[in-house]
Amino acid sequence: MNVSLAHVTKRFTLRGSPAVFDTSLTAEAGGITTLLGPSGSGKTTLLRIIAGLERPDQGQVLFDDRDVTHVPIHKRGLGFVFQAFALVPHMTVRRNIGFPLEVRKVAPKVRAQRIDELLTLVQLAGLGDRMPRQLSGGQRQRVGFARALALQPEVLLLDEPFGALDTRVRIELRHWVAELHRKTRLTTILVTHDQGEALQLSRRIVVMDQGKVVQVGTPREVYDQPKTPFVASFVGAANVLRGTVEGERAALGTLSLAAPAGAPQGAAVRAIVRPHEVRVTKGGQPASGSGAEPAPAGAQSFLPEPIAGGFGALNKTLGTITRIVGLGAVVKLHVALPSDQVVTAEVPRAEADRQAFAVGDRVVVDLREARVFVEDYTI
Amino acid sequence: MADKSVHPVPAVPAAPPWPLAKVVTLTEPRLIRVAVIAVTLGFLGLFVALPVVSVFVQALGKGLGPYFAAIKQPETWAAIKLTLLTAAIAVPLNVVFGVAAAWLISKYRFAGKSLLITVIDLPFSVSPVISGLIFVLLFGGHGIAGAWLAEHDIKIIFAVPGIVLATTFVTFPFVAREVLPLMQDQGNDEEEAALTLGAGGWRIFFQVTLPKIKWGLLYGVILCNARAMGEFGAVSVVAGHVRGETNTMPLQVEILYNEYDFVGAFAVASLLTLLALVTLVGKKLIELLQERR
Repeated sequence: MNVSLAHVTKRFTLRGSPAVFDTSLTAEAGGITTLLGPSGSGKTTLLRIIAGLERPDQGQVLFDDRDVTHVPIHKRGLGFVFQAFALVPHMTVRRNIGFPLEVRKVAPKVRAQRIDELLTLVQLAGLGDRMPRQLSGGQRQRVGFARALALQPEVLLLDEPFGALDTRVRIELRHWVAELHRKTRLTTILVTHDQGEALQLSRRIVVMDQGKVVQVGTPREVYDQPKTPFVASFVGAANVLRGTVEGERAALGTLSLAAPAGAPQGAAVRAIVRPHEVRVTKGGQPASGSGAEPAPAGAQSFLPEPIAGGFGALNKTLGTITRIVGLGAVVKLHVALPSDQVVTAEVPRAEADRQAFAVGDRVVVDLREARVFVEDYTI
Repeated sequence: MADKSVHPVPAVPAAPPWPLAKVVTLTEPRLIRVAVIAVTLGFLGLFVALPVVSVFVQALGKGLGPYFAAIKQPETWAAIKLTLLTAAIAVPLNVVFGVAAAWLISKYRFAGKSLLITVIDLPFSVSPVISGLIFVLLFGGHGIAGAWLAEHDIKIIFAVPGIVLATTFVTFPFVAREVLPLMQDQGNDEEEAALTLGAGGWRIFFQVTLPKIKWGLLYGVILCNARAMGEFGAVSVVAGHVRGETNTMPLQVEILYNEYDFVGAFAVASLLTLLALVTLVGKKLIELLQERR
């Protein structure tokens, strides 16, 4: 079942900006759609509107073509998983999972059988008689999932389901949810501020900021082709450099990058580049990199030594390594540019070992993969 | 718990390279300790223990026989019954009102919410005598509704309904004040979860909310009951001191005392004191039970 919102607006205070404003989106049947954004971006409000826990001031909630805006919550056929688990503390795990069945007056025998199935599904068989407080966070949240699935909903809504867990459990449970989704193929809407979760789990990501949808796309699209600087820096790590348009180029300190077509002269620009896209070469040696990258048109792969000025056209600049942090598989380099800005680069371990980087090394920084945004155009 | 990761135990830090400072004792000199404890105990004894003991000493001064005779005296007995009746009406009313108000405030957004919270506290901030006067002004002979009530032969002031009204008013905040912070603290997650699972309002209240607030509620009920039975000021204004009819226990104590019937006065007073002690024990018991959970 497709779940959509059409032009939804919701305000909680009379004054001030609305929590969500004129928002439309569709969550495709059978996939995981993620609402990703910082706190206060309106993502949870949207989820609660879909659930029926909030009523929109304007706009509609549609399940396929059915308008459910005024359908009461329990008739929408959905399961909701809460950040803080929201298990009833004085009921056993079995009773918690069976609660929705009890409400629907399912016969005790059928109920017990269904609870057993659900306990097996969430890998908690044998823990049914425990109280919620006797379970770990990860186990409690799995009870939350079991309870949400008890009535065989058509839509599963997850409100920061890993938010209250510590890192290791969070990642474990994330894998588990991916697995669960593969089994059930439920239309799922996930709310999170964690881009890692969004990138791993989603079929589509809806990036939100200040009550509005900023970009919708597959994880790859959102990561590789961010529409705005906000998306670029919120989804994945990013270096941000500021400069102005000069001619057909964007000048950023000693660096010159191709400006977006039609950018007005003198306009402020922001160049955004992910750490793993930054290529660092020691001294003036050829930028061999990982070898597979296509050389950009017009760029020279081999540079004469010693390096002089005139790198502008080549998207390159000189820099000095100020810090090296080993992260296991990758090595993180902090490179100070002549403009005093620091760019972070992530280099594969093998490459870093080959070049034997050291703090204080003079390096060539290649930023050809940076995306340049004209400030007023995109925000 | 299985999901907690095990952290490596950090090595025990070596002795600091600087010389250890002289060991400083963190206790006060013996003399000061004794003095402070003595002052505290002396104060408690003088202002709490002594009065409590003296109530029982006075009441039982002429033996158990006169003590029970004083309690069985018809007017006193009527006062005891009236007090129990008042509490039996006021406390359940305040449980309903208090829980309803707390539910409303903690679960819904609406205009005037903070005003409502302030109004709930009103009975605490107004002198009980004024509380009583309000009802006299409303329902008394010269009051706003007085003529109409007289016409229909309904007696509120100087009668049992007035006493119940005044007591309910004065004791209203106890339950609401106890339950409201609890509900606000616990949030609405479980209730919302139950809502998404199809539960109706009553089911959510009785199966989810009530078990969560039961200890706080019980605590509020005990305090509310103690005050309902012990209220003097407001009741004194509306009751009219009709012997054997509109005297509650605190009013009866005053009357007997003014008539130099010390055994009678202190006998009734001892019952009220007993109530206070039972209340304190109950309160402590609830706290212990809560801690155990």
